[in-house]
Amino acid sequence: MNTLLDSLWVQNALVFAGLSLVAGLIASGARNERWRRALRRLRRDRIGLCAGAGIAVYLLVGLLEMVQIPTGDGGRVSVLVRMAGGVVEEKSYSAPLASHSLSVARPEPLKGRHLLGTTALGKDTLLQALRACRTALIIGGVTSLIYIPLGTLLGITAGYYRRWVDDLISYVYSTLASIPEILLLVSILMALGKGLGTMSLALGVTSWVGLCRLIRGETMRQAERPYVTAARALGQSHWKIITSHLLPNVLHLVLINFVLGFSGLVLAEAILSYLGVGSPVGTPSWGAMIDGARDELSRDPVVWWNLAAATGALFGLVLSLNVFGDALRRAFDPKRG
Amino acid sequence: MALLEVQNLRTYFPVRSGVLRRHVDDIKAVDDVSFTIEEGTTVGLVGESGSGKSTIGKTILKLVPATGGSVLFRGQEILPMSEGEFRPLRREMQMIFQDPFGSLNPRHPVRQIVGEALEIHFPKMTRGERADRVAELLRQVGLQPEMGTRYPHEFSGGQRQRIGIARALAVKPRFIVCDEAVSALDVSVQAQIVNLLQDLQEELGLTYLFIAHDLAVVEHISDHVLVMHRGKIVESAPAEAIYQSPQHEYTRKLLSAVPSFG
Repeated sequence: MNTLLDSLWVQNALVFAGLSLVAGLIASGARNERWRRALRRLRRDRIGLCAGAGIAVYLLVGLLEMVQIPTGDGGRVSVLVRMAGGVVEEKSYSAPLASHSLSVARPEPLKGRHLLGTTALGKDTLLQALRACRTALIIGGVTSLIYIPLGTLLGITAGYYRRWVDDLISYVYSTLASIPEILLLVSILMALGKGLGTMSLALGVTSWVGLCRLIRGETMRQAERPYVTAARALGQSHWKIITSHLLPNVLHLVLINFVLGFSGLVLAEAILSYLGVGSPVGTPSWGAMIDGARDELSRDPVVWWNLAAATGALFGLVLSLNVFGDALRRAFDPKRG
Repeated sequence: MALLEVQNLRTYFPVRSGVLRRHVDDIKAVDDVSFTIEEGTTVGLVGESGSGKSTIGKTILKLVPATGGSVLFRGQEILPMSEGEFRPLRREMQMIFQDPFGSLNPRHPVRQIVGEALEIHFPKMTRGERADRVAELLRQVGLQPEMGTRYPHEFSGGQRQRIGIARALAVKPRFIVCDEAVSALDVSVQAQIVNLLQDLQEELGLTYLFIAHDLAVVEHISDHVLVMHRGKIVESAPAEAIYQSPQHEYTRKLLSAVPSFG
């Protein structure tokens, strides 16, 4: 099973399957009148469009790192690394655009120039920061794919049906929330083993509680409103009331939760890397870069560029997501002409 | 045969307290109420806030479970029916709500709000037929069919109430509960909506249970008036009789509270 999953073409196929799923969802949404209105409004929102473009850049870079091609000698390399073929590796740290390596005793001349310097292993920091987009997108994307449907569905179900359904769901999430999150995460990862997939699964299983609680409360509020009573008086089924009446009225909370939660997930990856149960060694990630900066900042001269590159990249993604999320919410809100 | 026959209807809300949520008492919202409504007539139901008027309306439409008694719709007992069994009857019994702001889903365009009932009860209708029917309904309640693409917040209170009426009419009901349908509107708009309801009644042969706290409006529209106080009906009489010779102390109090000019 593992060897099959490790296979180059299976991994590439998974990437394209995920991509076509997202494209399919957007295409089916675009047929809907509400989505088309929202798109028209979004097109007039310049700042929102800029943020959207920013996210697209991150997505593109992440995809280039995800798709792998075989090398001549039986190995494999990502498209991004192949495209950056001209970037040479040094022996160890070097400052941005320096001509010599970072060594007080014996500075050696470098093989090339590096815009953002190099890491401890002599790898180009800019390239590492770009490659780390993949980790961030996988952790944020796959985890959201797990916890958002779970939290939304359970929250709406609990808030709408109430009684024993609500008791049961509240009992489950209260129990889950009473266990310290880090402890739970670490034990799940210990049991399942390291890896981006298992980390997403572990984060997904632990992150839905907050969203579920939020959606449950909002659903209770919405379900009391007369339009839900009106739908019941028309004889509408419970399922249609949930999907067609309640879901659209809580979706803005889901969207905001997704955007704000995304940065939290990328940061959680950093914390888990620090605890030694994060991404596998050698996987470029902003978390690992930030974690490494603990030692680097205490050096003399200070190595600041790894931290700067990782936080800069993280900041750009989180800001774009926040601004775009806000623009989306505005575009979907019928109260704004 | 009366269209609707309510006998000894009781709707209690349990009061629970303690850790085990033991049932300690009941709030008797509707307590042993009986009345009948003849086809094509309007029965007014008046009383102060909290007297149980709205609960009666909701219990008849099975939106709130009844504690006891019986409700016969065209001779058919509806209270023991399951939701599935009752669904076909929902087509014949509709409701217009008090709050013209909260009773329309803010995320749905008017077309969808009015068309929803058609989707449920006439699943075989094509999209084109449904659009035609929605346009016809909007025209019937005095709105322009082009307004169908707009959202509820783009309308005034009176227009929204017209949308709520169009939604109730979509399934061609015979009986409509108007739950404080004009109470949230200003006086001139109230008159328009009451006139619209009367025109529709003549045109379509509708039967209304008209719930309100305003006696003046009820007098204008009703054939028969029920006065409710603390969950019980304290007086039941033809509309003129109630106004000319109120029998019960509470009715006299309500009447003296009606503002008059001159």
